[in-house]
Amino acid sequence: MAVQHDMGNYDTANTLETFGFLPKMDSNEIQAQIAYVLANGWAPAIEHTLPEQASDHYWTMWKLPFFGETDLGAVLAELDACHRQFPNHHVRLTGYDNYTQSQGAAFVVFEGRA
Amino acid sequence: MAEKSYQAGVKEYRDKYWTPDYVPLDTDLLACFKVTGQPEVPREEIAAAVAAESSTGTWSTVWSELLTDLEYYKGRAYRIEDVPGDSESFYAFVAYPIDLFEEGSVVNVLTSLVGNVFGFKALKHLRLEDIRFPIAYIKTCGGPPAGIQVERDRLGKYGRPMLGATIKPKLGLSAKNYGRAVYECLRGGLDMTKDDENVNSQPFMRWRDRFEFVGEALQKAEQETGERKGHYLNVTAATPEEMYKRAEFAKEVGSPIMMHDFLTGGFTANTGLANWCRENGMLLHIHRAMHAVIDRHPKHGIHFRVLAKCLRLSGGDHLHTGTVVGKLEGDRNSTLGFVDQLRESFVPEDRSRGVFFDQDWGSMPGVFAVASGGIHVWHMPALVTIFGDDSMLQFGGGTQGHPWGNAAGAAANRVALEASIKARNEGREIEKEARDILIEAAKTSPELAIAMETWKEIKFEFETVDKLDVG
Repeated sequence: MAVQHDMGNYDTANTLETFGFLPKMDSNEIQAQIAYVLANGWAPAIEHTLPEQASDHYWTMWKLPFFGETDLGAVLAELDACHRQFPNHHVRLTGYDNYTQSQGAAFVVFEGRA
Repeated sequence: MAEKSYQAGVKEYRDKYWTPDYVPLDTDLLACFKVTGQPEVPREEIAAAVAAESSTGTWSTVWSELLTDLEYYKGRAYRIEDVPGDSESFYAFVAYPIDLFEEGSVVNVLTSLVGNVFGFKALKHLRLEDIRFPIAYIKTCGGPPAGIQVERDRLGKYGRPMLGATIKPKLGLSAKNYGRAVYECLRGGLDMTKDDENVNSQPFMRWRDRFEFVGEALQKAEQETGERKGHYLNVTAATPEEMYKRAEFAKEVGSPIMMHDFLTGGFTANTGLANWCRENGMLLHIHRAMHAVIDRHPKHGIHFRVLAKCLRLSGGDHLHTGTVVGKLEGDRNSTLGFVDQLRESFVPEDRSRGVFFDQDWGSMPGVFAVASGGIHVWHMPALVTIFGDDSMLQFGGGTQGHPWGNAAGAAANRVALEASIKARNEGREIEKEARDILIEAAKTSPELAIAMETWKEIKFEFETVDKLDVG
């Protein structure tokens, strides 16, 4: 059998969990995910950390979770504000589900410069 | 003064064990059997016989019955129903008082309910369709060592199903080559990999060597991807002593999870191992070899929903449930019925899913549903729709059969999964739009494009043998 010259090579990537394998989302796509969080009745929250500490269970909270927030734009603005203040940090959006005591959603919106 | 006198002889079961006016207590354990009797025996007599033989009764009256209050301890057949579309069989509902069973022992429950009665001559076939465990009994069982919520928090994985793969070929690899296959899958984007159930400690790969190489593979993949990884080290063994020895070492090499086969290993071993995992902060993945022997025949044996309920009580954090869409047997509604039993805190009666009783699970932690067997990237949107986030989707051949190897295969699956989740969250109907969603995602993932090309023709469309009973 002939050698497969068209075989690809997969380079290991540092992928930061959910949505880490998709192209970077634009602001419309991010808003759609925030809308999903709100539609489920989860509390949107923002947290950030230095890239080298990304594996820690706890990242630093940006303010408190935005309980009762219904404005997608307001959550997006908070994400931007966190990113502006900590441009070198990863910034993650989470959706706290108080029924399961878990997070229904969690994904990195901005990747910090390592 | 004694109220009854002893009369030796053989009585009809229904005199004592058929009680159609009985209203079950909240503390009763309820069972629904599908009964196929010998044609000449009346239904009430057969139902009563099932109740008797699975509780206090025996074929003959004995004098020592009068030393106790059998009215308190006996099982009662309290309802008979037709099976839709089947004139030969009927459903018999039996109520058992809670004191018939040792606390925290599904072993004891099963020994009574599916014991001698299944060989009873008056029956052609007998199938245990469902059990309603009273919440009072559930509170005596340990259940999953961690549960869905704790597992997600430990691993930091939210908002999506997890991805896994059983390492192939399932038999014959050396420990070092096996660890290589694990590492490649995990660095490519799978969350966990799995020992095949047949892998215990054979001459080609002894367990200790496997655990050491897999431990190194896990550590390296975690460092390189920044994500937490696991491999279900199979600790199923010939004896409990050996099982615990392997469990200790699985913890020592740094795996967050291990694995047990609950039916071939047995419920005693499983419950003990679940308790050990809880005390040692380890997750427990449960495989179900031998289940189809017990649960596939529509008229005889034990339905898998009963085995799944028993496993949640005995303890396990993941349980295989079939895939609905892959190579193994599984009706969609029936599967959804027992997936609920694994994950929810309350499941209402729903005959359209084969659920015969309301089941209150109280605070019992949930179990991840595992879909594994003959699935590939094209199935991903359907799997996400069927199983939801609290599931483990396992692509063995669908990862390692990728033309570029395990890492590329893993990445293809991960991209397909995340594209499906993203589209679902955006409100799209991902099962209908599966093709568009995957084709779009493949534009930025050559690994996915190749995977879609490789598996585009593979389907497993055979009729289900064990269908739900509908008219």
